[in-house]
Amino acid sequence: MRPYLAIFGARFRALLQYRTAAVAAVLTQLFWGLLRVMIFTAFYAASTAADLPMTLAEVVTYLWLTQALLRLLPWQPDVEVEQLIRDGNVAYELMRPVDVYGLWFARAVALRSAPVLLRCLPMLVPAVLLFDMGPPASLGAAIGFVLSAFAAVGLSAAITTLLSVAMLVTISSRGVHVLTTSAVNLMSGAIVPLSLLPAWLQPAIAVLPFRGLLDTPLRLYLGHLPLHAAPMAIGHQLLWTLALMLVGRMLLQRALRHVVVQGG
Amino acid sequence: MPQIVVEDLRKRFLVTKRRRGMLGALAGVVRREHHVVEALAGVGFTVEAGELVGYIGPNGAGKSTTVKVLAGILVPDEGRCEVQGRVPWRQRIEHVAHIGVVFGQRTQLWWDLPVIESFELLRDIYRVSPADYARRLEQLVHALAIGPVLDTPVRQLSLGQRMRCDVVAALLHGPRLLFLDEPTIGLDAPAKLAVRSFIAALNREHETTVILTTHDMDDIEALCSRVVVIDGGRITCDGTLEQLRARVGVQRRLTLELDGDAPLHQVEGATVVRREGRQVVLAFDPRQISPARLIARITEQHAVRDLLVQDPPIEEIVTRLYDPAPRGTP
Repeated sequence: MRPYLAIFGARFRALLQYRTAAVAAVLTQLFWGLLRVMIFTAFYAASTAADLPMTLAEVVTYLWLTQALLRLLPWQPDVEVEQLIRDGNVAYELMRPVDVYGLWFARAVALRSAPVLLRCLPMLVPAVLLFDMGPPASLGAAIGFVLSAFAAVGLSAAITTLLSVAMLVTISSRGVHVLTTSAVNLMSGAIVPLSLLPAWLQPAIAVLPFRGLLDTPLRLYLGHLPLHAAPMAIGHQLLWTLALMLVGRMLLQRALRHVVVQGG
Repeated sequence: MPQIVVEDLRKRFLVTKRRRGMLGALAGVVRREHHVVEALAGVGFTVEAGELVGYIGPNGAGKSTTVKVLAGILVPDEGRCEVQGRVPWRQRIEHVAHIGVVFGQRTQLWWDLPVIESFELLRDIYRVSPADYARRLEQLVHALAIGPVLDTPVRQLSLGQRMRCDVVAALLHGPRLLFLDEPTIGLDAPAKLAVRSFIAALNREHETTVILTTHDMDDIEALCSRVVVIDGGRITCDGTLEQLRARVGVQRRLTLELDGDAPLHQVEGATVVRREGRQVVLAFDPRQISPARLIARITEQHAVRDLLVQDPPIEEIVTRLYDPAPRGTP
């Protein structure tokens, strides 16, 4: 574990250096958060439906949490790995006496956790104090949320690494990138809380891994998923993480057999 | 047992040809033309422990391809290759734990981190024990004089400093075999000398086997007891520098400085290569006429102020090896 922890630690520390970017991001996310709260308030005021699956207060809390955890989402491959592949320094990566997938996964875990850590407190404090974000439904809900959020980091890192591996095959990541961004945004709950999406989409949402990125921890927080459902929900996250890691590692092994480090 | 055994190694690359212009690009959508480049066409050699081997050849000859196969990052199409008893690409993790690699045109240090933190990361990645790490680091930092830059972020290092740090990075896990791919590229003279003398000492004192690819013939001349030449994916020569010289059969040079203006037009047994004022450069084949004989013959007829006998420069030998067609001169 030592090599992987070392790589994680180095990347984590490096990412914590980007404080100015974090301040700018917090301000932007606060602004976007307010905008999204207003839009949903307007929807709820205009709605005539009787049995909405979430109350407005719950939606507001959900929205602020998505704003705070936004950087957890695997929108793109790891830029550092992308760079390595483009300039051929991936050669040195292969010179390490460790599992390359493990190396990239450790990096991805840092990439998906450090920025969130840096941003979530400065986001949540004003959200709770000024903008009507509610507390967790119960102590159990809070614990469930934290556990599930950790699982979400793992899931996100597995998807990120899969995207990085895809780069080895295609060199450019644009195509995969665009597809994943749309899928992740819609199916994780980053745009609209998943419970508010149409019923015909729910089976797909339930099966796909993306709800584990945001919706699962947030619903645990709200108490929408009762505590006894938490093991199943977190199990869904872990199962997908494991599956995606296995697929990613297998693809990487195959790609490495054909890899050509160009130049020099 | 040899450290490296390579037999009949072959690797082909498929290169896509693009036709020129708009029509060509459209045609390329429908049907691509490939052509096969044979990077390695049956390469074979063995290297014993403790050797310092220069691996040279023109650009595109297959040097880097060979090194990549030996380093375990490229899988050959055919052939046998064992490094320290391991097949590099099959036992990659075991293999790379016991070799060191410096690719001169790249760096394995972390761009944003101070040098020392890169070293500590490598220590953890290679699972080096704290005691070994401390001992090796001290030796290496001292030998390559990088103490003053240990706390500097890598991006702020000069090329010479960076290269020395890269050499340290490749040796922290104490490999018995070191691949150096153009380690002196772009370095100024003092930095080249520093890297060279370090490599020589490493090979001498620690008996580390070194495989050195380079275009810098001074590197070869200063370091390598053995030279392997590759061209067109094949080994064209393998031996000591002297054997190389003998094989190419380049003539030796005699540079004369004449006393007086009497012109020297020709001497039996030698040819005039160059004439500049009173300085005349002659080429001769030592197997046909000994230098002493030749000089005696000249001094019989001409007053000579100064003379110098030289081996041909290695650049010339290599140029001849790469291009066996005889040139106009000597």
